[in-house]
Amino acid sequence: MAGTDRALMAHLLRRSGFGATFQELDRYCELGYEAAVEEILHPEQQPGIEEDVLERYFVDWKESRNIEAAMTEFVYRMNVYAGSRPLQEKIALFWHGVFATGLAKVLHEKTLLNQIDMFREDGLNNFRDLLLGLAKDPAMIFWLDNNFNHKGAPNENWGRELLELFSMGVGMDGKENYTEEDVKEAARAFTGWTIDDDNVTSLPFGKIPWLFRYVPEDHDDDEKTFQGETGNFNGEDIIDIIVKQPATARFISRHLYNFFVADEPQVPSWQHTPPGNLELIKILEDEYFSSNYNIRSMLRVLFNSDHFKSQEARFAKVKSPAEVVVGTLHLLGDFKFPKRTIFETALGCRYMGQDLLNPPSVEGWHTGEEWIDSGSLVERVNFVADQVGNINQPGVRAMVDALLSLATELDPLSIIDGCLELMGHVQLHEKNKEHLAAQIRTMLDQHSAFVAGSPEDIESAEKTILHTMKMIGSTREYQFA
Amino acid sequence: MTSINKDPILVVVQLTGGNDYMNTVIPYENPLYYDNRTTVGIAQEDVLPIGQGLAFNPALSGIKNLYDQGKVALINGIGYPTPNRSHFRSMDIWHTCEPEKVGDEGWLGRAIRDLDPKAENVLTGVNFGRGLPRAMALTGVPVASVAVLETYGVLTGITPESERTQALDLFSRMYSPIAGTGHVMDYLGSTGLDALKGADILKTVPDLYQSSVEYNDSVIGRNLKGIAKVLTAKLGTRIFYTQQPGYDTHANQAPTHKALLESLSLAINDFYEDLREHNTSENVLIYLFTEFGRRVRDNGSGTDHGAGGLAMAIGDPVKGGIYSEYPSLAVGDLEEGDLKHNFDFRGAYGTVAEKWLGLDATTIVGGKFEQLDFV
Repeated sequence: MAGTDRALMAHLLRRSGFGATFQELDRYCELGYEAAVEEILHPEQQPGIEEDVLERYFVDWKESRNIEAAMTEFVYRMNVYAGSRPLQEKIALFWHGVFATGLAKVLHEKTLLNQIDMFREDGLNNFRDLLLGLAKDPAMIFWLDNNFNHKGAPNENWGRELLELFSMGVGMDGKENYTEEDVKEAARAFTGWTIDDDNVTSLPFGKIPWLFRYVPEDHDDDEKTFQGETGNFNGEDIIDIIVKQPATARFISRHLYNFFVADEPQVPSWQHTPPGNLELIKILEDEYFSSNYNIRSMLRVLFNSDHFKSQEARFAKVKSPAEVVVGTLHLLGDFKFPKRTIFETALGCRYMGQDLLNPPSVEGWHTGEEWIDSGSLVERVNFVADQVGNINQPGVRAMVDALLSLATELDPLSIIDGCLELMGHVQLHEKNKEHLAAQIRTMLDQHSAFVAGSPEDIESAEKTILHTMKMIGSTREYQFA
Repeated sequence: MTSINKDPILVVVQLTGGNDYMNTVIPYENPLYYDNRTTVGIAQEDVLPIGQGLAFNPALSGIKNLYDQGKVALINGIGYPTPNRSHFRSMDIWHTCEPEKVGDEGWLGRAIRDLDPKAENVLTGVNFGRGLPRAMALTGVPVASVAVLETYGVLTGITPESERTQALDLFSRMYSPIAGTGHVMDYLGSTGLDALKGADILKTVPDLYQSSVEYNDSVIGRNLKGIAKVLTAKLGTRIFYTQQPGYDTHANQAPTHKALLESLSLAINDFYEDLREHNTSENVLIYLFTEFGRRVRDNGSGTDHGAGGLAMAIGDPVKGGIYSEYPSLAVGDLEEGDLKHNFDFRGAYGTVAEKWLGLDATTIVGGKFEQLDFV
């Protein structure tokens, strides 16, 4: 068991997914790093869940009637796929952060969940197609008022955010990437891109799904000039021009870096703040163009890069609330089927400051250390400690058993190291390890080791291990991915 | 009288979802009100008149009672330019005072910083509810966020208490500064220790509290009771925050809105009585707001998101009365079918910050705005 490789593999899975259980790490390590990357990059080739079975027992599960139910559906899916198709869920979470669309305005749960499904299915493919899918996405159209974008009376909301937040960004290297005129012309090109029914009222059979509709007579077909090109552009032409811009390559590369490699300053400052690792950004930009805007290819380069694999990139991100919640749930191996407690558990994301499907604004959430305040930290600590301290969870039971089977005698430090490894190769600062070891020593009644033999011994051993896991889950170090 | 008060306390109550202004303070003599409110309108004979053609919703008898004693200021037509009808965005604007761009600093966060610049008291700001409202968020400003006072704390799932004490001891060791681990670790450390310190102090609160007031059982009632417990324990908290959710009344508004206002009115009344019993009512100003009012015309079942709304200041320090004008309901005066705001909310915040908390309003609300005389 090559320790270094396992730690690297755990790092890969924390970033491309929500962390891995020790059994999953065994399997990935057997595959080897590059093959593991390849498998992760193709979630569609991995077994899915039996959705028909779920639908049979939970008839309404896709027809969420309120924000909380929709958030629960989102968290539930991330959790059930975290083992078999981690990146499918992680990329959906990624695009949800970039293309942040919220139920506060959309008020149509099914339509927004369909958008998340689109991210699952197309989120790793061609960026041009994804952007086009987004432009035709009914939730996005409603969220950014493109249904009010008419020939002769344009509404610029979508046109602006498409450029500012979804593709090019305001500027790079201190310069501006587009003009106000570009915004206006882009908006004109998307006139007539609307939805066929924005009625949000509940009907006898639930809400009627919204669908994209193109209304040619409401489309402004006159000449437009956008980013220096002139023509009778329609929305697709605008997207074609956008995706060829170096600014788009930079913007998407930085987003991928910020989400998968290391916390960057908040997005609005990117115009004036250069990337933390320009070298890797350049590699990603090159891959963006040479792969014809393929996100999967960019991630392949990213995950295989020396920088990603280096020690420097490990634990260089503060976990988002969704990562805390789903990552912890994944360790537990619970919720193969939904059950009552999933609801309150999923709401943990909200309590920690990430109201999934309901971002504070179209700019999404501020990330990194801005996830943390005293209230949200207490929520994190208590959530994790409560979950991992529950021996009745199959995943917790398995971790305890794995540790007990290692030896009949364990000293505090090997208990700690064992727990750290089982919980996904968490790294604890030496000082904190000492503090924790000192307490375990006290718990063990000053004995430096315990012998797992009699039922009492085993019970006391289990208790010590659970306590250790709770305390590890409460640390600052556990907040990093 | 109140100006000599040394430690004025502010209690902010957020009515989440967009409270229907027109059905809270009703222009019951205006035929346009009844033309537009064919479904959810409140009948003239039911309203509680307060003069100037305005009346309280009958569910607000408790607040009306305080109004009659001169302890309620109504701030009419409050809002901001180019209203945003998204709950989140609009709430964000009210929280950050940034209508143009997305801000990340809360106005109360700035007030807490100015009240306690060295962050000496981790309980200068206390929120009752889960998750910190952006209004109180400011990097480096500790705020305790309490869901339920009796169970609030770090590692509350660890039992028995002796084990938890040990766990908390370890927690504080593991959150203590370690040189050279970087500023995010430092920030996490100080945040964790602040949370711990706040929880330690708050733990003592429930045992200290005694009152003859029996609060009406509701979300807002429980939260205001929690605030009363902390407030009367005199821990130096200057700003409290809580919310009453459920005001997004697109459908079936009549019974929902009535129930919400009733529990709000009872809770405010109970809270005020509790403060009086503890001889501290002169010290406390209650400020109520919502992210927007609702459409002038109802939709046949409820009301959709609108603009210009209502804020209220309540308490002994308040000079009661009707402030600012009730916006016109005439079709030509509406903005996209909504009441046009005629008083900038930053002026009301400024009034509270400057005239009540004694702070410089300009830095807190991000500019100079017309203030009112309700304090």
